[in-house]
Amino acid sequence: MNDFYVILTASLVAINCALMGSFLVMRKMVMIGDAISHAVLPGIFIAYMVSGVTTNLVVLAGAALSGILATVLIEWFTKKVRLQNDASIGISYTLLFALGVILISRYGQKVDLDQECVLYGDIELTVLNIREIFSGFYLPSQSVVLMAVLAILLLAVILGYKGLLLTTFDPAFAASAGVSIGVWHYVLMSGVSLTTVVSFDSVGAILVISFLAGPPAIAYLLTERLKTLLFLASGIGVICSILGYYLAKAWDASVAGSISIVIGVSFVLVFFAVQLAKRKQSVISLE
Amino acid sequence: MSFGAEFIDYLNYNYTLLIVTLGTGILCLASGVVGTFTFLRKRALIGDVISHAVLPGVTIAFMLTGVKDPLYFILGALASGLVAVWVVDMVQKHSKLKPDTILALTLSVFFGVGIVLLTRIQRSGNAAQSGLDSFLFGKAASMNVLDVQLFGAIALINVVCIFIFLRGFTLLSFDEQYAKGLGFKTGWLKTFLSVLTVLTVAIGVQAVGVVLMAALLITPAAGARFLTNSIRKMLLFSGLIGAISGIVGAVISSTGTGMPTGPWVVVCLSVLAFIGILFGKEKGLIARIRLRNQNKTKINNENVLKALYKMSDDGQSSVNLNDLKKHDSLESLPVQTILNGLRKDDLLELVKGQVVLTEQGRIASREIVRKHRLWELYLSKYFQLKADHLHDDAEGIEHVITPEIERHLTQLLEYPDKDPHESEIPY
Repeated sequence: MNDFYVILTASLVAINCALMGSFLVMRKMVMIGDAISHAVLPGIFIAYMVSGVTTNLVVLAGAALSGILATVLIEWFTKKVRLQNDASIGISYTLLFALGVILISRYGQKVDLDQECVLYGDIELTVLNIREIFSGFYLPSQSVVLMAVLAILLLAVILGYKGLLLTTFDPAFAASAGVSIGVWHYVLMSGVSLTTVVSFDSVGAILVISFLAGPPAIAYLLTERLKTLLFLASGIGVICSILGYYLAKAWDASVAGSISIVIGVSFVLVFFAVQLAKRKQSVISLE
Repeated sequence: MSFGAEFIDYLNYNYTLLIVTLGTGILCLASGVVGTFTFLRKRALIGDVISHAVLPGVTIAFMLTGVKDPLYFILGALASGLVAVWVVDMVQKHSKLKPDTILALTLSVFFGVGIVLLTRIQRSGNAAQSGLDSFLFGKAASMNVLDVQLFGAIALINVVCIFIFLRGFTLLSFDEQYAKGLGFKTGWLKTFLSVLTVLTVAIGVQAVGVVLMAALLITPAAGARFLTNSIRKMLLFSGLIGAISGIVGAVISSTGTGMPTGPWVVVCLSVLAFIGILFGKEKGLIARIRLRNQNKTKINNENVLKALYKMSDDGQSSVNLNDLKKHDSLESLPVQTILNGLRKDDLLELVKGQVVLTEQGRIASREIVRKHRLWELYLSKYFQLKADHLHDDAEGIEHVITPEIERHLTQLLEYPDKDPHESEIPY
């Protein structure tokens, strides 16, 4: 049963990240996901100091808020200061992360929160926190939260599909059609922030980035249709989670790390397969 | 405790502080200098990738040798950091994926490999492994003389190499194709720059940790960029911002318990960079806002003067204040404020709700009308634009025509006296 619980949690994170990551990959904004996942640290800590508990909605909200604050900061540096985008991202998240570490090491002796858990969380621990959903049916409480977030994301993607699609692929047309680029930007950023926050607690920031970038990147090598991309990326994420989990078991090593490795290997395989197919195609067309 | 013991304690404390301060200062100088090129090549986030990617190298080095020798660590880190940079370049060249996706993927997969190896070492119960993960989060407080020497060496290498290859590196950062055309071996230069960057990161990570190392590379350069347009000065400022932040951050963190050095250094870096961004002489945010406001005031002033010229019949008669405010061209402008400003400059007088241009004001208003009408004539003569297409363009251009351009236009148009609308061009 424990295997199932961990795989379920990882798969849910994978699907959430695939939904958001596909848009990020298309918008060339994956590194913002990286930035958010580090920048949540001060938000979590301040929310914890205010509320006094580590797992509740207040902390979640605090984290999501500081994630959004990071994106606002990045926007400000890029648009108003006219600093190049990559540097804006780098400056913003390192500053927020540094503030978070300072706060925690100064005032957080009793908080069960450190930079290690932020970086590579402990998905193995999800099985310790099992909740009865209805009589005789148990689930890790982490995965219940993830399911709720999945529902929110699905709703947002389905209802906002047109807006997200337009602002992603043809912002100029979207603007002329009266679709607000800014609004959809922040809708997406809120989604990414929410995803990152509920995920990194169980799988760590690094696996969140693997999930945000990896499966959508692999899927993008295979298709350019957004709908197919979303499904394909989710599927790839789930398969990688299952393989990664058993790999970790076999190696007796970190689950998050192993899933990252599986994602990396899958990418390399697909990358070379596509290269090979391209070469064959060009040979055929030459003949 | 005797006085002697206390004194030795004090010395010891200060000695540690001295080592840490010196160490972080030198390290930040080294990374600020090499980071300038990382920044200019728009590869700011590659620092993030490298600092995560050194982990597998470090753990493999430990697994192979079984000892915690900084030299082996650095060699391992250098190797895996360079592999990561190569992977990023290779995938970027051969796929349609964008840089950000490739960076994020490379970063997380390399780090994943590192974590798997690290957890394997930890669970194998190797006694010597304890503290290996301090490599991840930095251990500036436990810096020793050897570390400082190491930082000094990398700083020296960076400064000397950049001094020697300054021209090549600069051209590479601003215009790679041009550099190639001049016969520079850009591929070799790029690799060389990558080696310097990876080496700096590999050495620096143990002091400030994986996440914050990226800041040491780019934050000083970002701040310095707003202070100057010269590459030499930018290198100097970047190094200085780094060194000062390193020293100040170390001192701040020594003032209390639970004050980590790395994060404080990053906070200092950000503060200094932010000061540069705000107060940079030409490119700073405040300078830019001030310039924009100056331009706006100038345009508003000239528009009011122009309206006055037309309404007062070349400044001959006075103009009713309320009529002026209702003038078409001054809609939605704060006319009263603008008039007050113009009065301060002695360009007009306000008497009982009547506006009168002074001699100076008459000259100024004539000038702007002249520029407007000259431009209209120029457009109609040289671009064959219809009369009703001229005005809007001239509305924008009239404010930026310098006396030289004006003289040139006048000669070109052979000292005209009528514009295309048959209005007189005043001199």
